[in-house]
Amino acid sequence: MENRLRVLRAERGWSQQDLAERIEVSRQSVNAIETGKYDPSLPLAFRLAELFDRSIEDIFVSPSRRSSKAI
Amino acid sequence: MIRTAAWKRYNWRVIWLSLAYAVFLIGAVYGFKHALVPTLLKYPVAILPAIPIIGIFVAIGRYLVEEQDEYVRMLMVRQILWASGFALSCATIWGFLDNFGLVGHADGYYMVIAWFFGLGVGGLVNKMTLGEGGC
Repeated sequence: MENRLRVLRAERGWSQQDLAERIEVSRQSVNAIETGKYDPSLPLAFRLAELFDRSIEDIFVSPSRRSSKAI
Repeated sequence: MIRTAAWKRYNWRVIWLSLAYAVFLIGAVYGFKHALVPTLLKYPVAILPAIPIIGIFVAIGRYLVEEQDEYVRMLMVRQILWASGFALSCATIWGFLDNFGLVGHADGYYMVIAWFFGLGVGGLVNKMTLGEGGC
């Protein structure tokens, strides 16, 4: 799933490892989410949203909205 | 594989179970070879080496329960699916080849060897499809 995680992380000057420690997952997990290879569960998406003080929709791009925009 | 706390616990369990397997197997083989096993104990002693192997399956199950990193858990689930598909495919192919008299009969526990090999195949597939995150 497309997302703004890399941008939000860069704004705070955090490495993938820094973010991984903050949300208690592995760095590889952060990498997989950032690159869109893995879609996080709802609880993990909420953890990310709360950490960045944003809504889930601000971080993750809805696949259905993305495809409707393309049309 | 990513070394989480649950993964380290899983590794220790597998090491101990592997040691138990070696001890039980050597003991059972020695006992049967030298006719030391009483008739009444033949079945339990013959099954003894299987118990640590079953323990490894339990350890894998416990790992899936204990793993807190959902992405890492997903990687292991993918590996298990590959292992199961690989082992079942091998058993099916071998079964038909055996039926038509093209290969010799294989012992049932080779299925387990194929399954563990399949676990390695799954790890490789993870790496190939997910790149750095698939390790």
